[in-house]
Amino acid sequence: MREPSPRPRLEGLDLHFSRGKRSVLEGVTLGFGAGEILALLGANGAGKSTLFRLLLGFLSAKRGEVRLDGAPLSSFSRREIARRVAYVPQGHVTPFPYTVREVVMLGRLPETGLLRAPRAQDREIVEGIIARLGIERLIDRPYTEISGGERQLTLIARALAQGARLLVMDEPATGLDYGYQLRLMRHLSDLCAEGHGVLVSTHHPEHAMQIATRIAILHEGRIEADGPPQAVVTAERMRRLYGVAVEVFDDPFGARRLAPVVGRATSEADR
Amino acid sequence: MRLALLPFLLLAVVLVALSVGRYPLAPSDILGFLGACLGLVDLPPERFDLLRNLIVEIRLPRVLAAGLIGASLSASGASFQAVFRNPLVSPGILGVLGGAGFGAALGILYSGDFLTIQISAFAMGLVAVGVGVLIANLFGAASMVTLVLGGMISGALFASALSLVKYAADPYDQLPAIVYWMMGSLGAVDLKQLKGAAPAILIGVGALTLAGRALDALSMGDDEARSLGVPVQATRYGVIATATLVSSLSVSLAGMIGWVGLVVPHVARLAIGPTNSKLLPASALLGASFLIAADSVARNITRAEIPIGVVTELLGIPVFVLVLGRARRAWA
Repeated sequence: MREPSPRPRLEGLDLHFSRGKRSVLEGVTLGFGAGEILALLGANGAGKSTLFRLLLGFLSAKRGEVRLDGAPLSSFSRREIARRVAYVPQGHVTPFPYTVREVVMLGRLPETGLLRAPRAQDREIVEGIIARLGIERLIDRPYTEISGGERQLTLIARALAQGARLLVMDEPATGLDYGYQLRLMRHLSDLCAEGHGVLVSTHHPEHAMQIATRIAILHEGRIEADGPPQAVVTAERMRRLYGVAVEVFDDPFGARRLAPVVGRATSEADR
Repeated sequence: MRLALLPFLLLAVVLVALSVGRYPLAPSDILGFLGACLGLVDLPPERFDLLRNLIVEIRLPRVLAAGLIGASLSASGASFQAVFRNPLVSPGILGVLGGAGFGAALGILYSGDFLTIQISAFAMGLVAVGVGVLIANLFGAASMVTLVLGGMISGALFASALSLVKYAADPYDQLPAIVYWMMGSLGAVDLKQLKGAAPAILIGVGALTLAGRALDALSMGDDEARSLGVPVQATRYGVIATATLVSSLSVSLAGMIGWVGLVVPHVARLAIGPTNSKLLPASALLGASFLIAADSVARNITRAEIPIGVVTELLGIPVFVLVLGRARRAWA
């Protein structure tokens, strides 16, 4: 088995995908690597999930190629991919009441293989990661009985247990309360500082600007912009992307902020 | 409850099952007989022969059959529940029971020989699942929903074929045989058939247990299982094939024995948790104990034997109602 590269990188090159006659992606090129948080913005139905499924190898592109550490994704086995790229889905409910510990332990599967039982070492890794994410009080609670924010942190813990350096997260902030949203962003920043690479789709441009090192915008099946947050997020783009008016300004600390324009101002700006 | 306790439970149930019957034995008789077999205890020869006849010839085959069938139905039920991510799934989900019922009826109609009936039931059980999976894949790769629907369609197809066979059967002789077969019975199983079926059932249950970790990942969802490095389709169809083989074998041995494959995995899950590498052996052990106990009831509660399928239903339903109360939270 090939060892993971010290500078992991996942990229899609000129990806085309269509569902029936409807074209979903039309030549998308997007990549990210260690030490980056790439936030992907896009309206509902822009093709974010499809792009993620292509990058993770769950779907194959009609045209174009996905490359992992410089080699075609298709040249890796599922297990090899799992040791390099972890997928964090939205916090869902499982039909069976696995404990948080058991869910996170599933992250050791790519390392142990399907047949070997977890060893003491795997248990230590799992417990360490759970403690690090601050959910150790939940460790023996059923995953089916914890809150949405706690489930999301559990799934992040499972991704970290895989030991993969690249994380692909599908709208992790959806359904989280304010506290969990901020906690989530802090964890992502920490992971990035430690050399993880994160690709995260989000419906919150504010979140993206807080933590992302890069922002890309997916609009009507194409990457409309890809660059540093300051350059990408402009009032004009936000209006085109979401169809509503926002104010964009830099706060006294040098960070770029968004403020919605509501009331009479909205209708004026929309015109 | 811990997994390690379940073998002792099984052993205790086996001891009780070997001692109850028309001619009751004390547990000390059974232990004495075991000792005599090993040359540790001296028994008078006529006493030894009597015990040998009762224990080895009459009761042991039934106990072994009940144990094997209970284990296979429960382990395959638990596997199907994991594959379909649904705790309400039973081994019949893909049409195996409908197929086996039709196969058995066909065997009764054309031959009446017990071995032919068994082989026919086994083969048709496999065919029915094959048809269900085929229907599911008819319009592109099967999803969970199309698999369940394919199984329903196939089950309905074989159920109507069964009705046709019943209609064609001789109402004085063959029809009652078909009806009794549907109720399940361990009365006709002998040691020779067990020797044939036991290795396949044990290997099957062992293989399902080995797939436990992959099943855990699979019960999180296909995409997540893939992202954890699990070969999703291979695992799914491998487990379906193994569980079908095992449950089809048990149906062919003893006819339809309902509720075991649905209820026992639930009880096991409440006792030891949902982790499949533990749940599957626990279900097998618990299912074996349950069916041996149910068969003891079926043999002894009245002068004539009650079909075991009826007993498992009568016992299974109250258990399931109790389980429902405790499991409600876990499903919500």
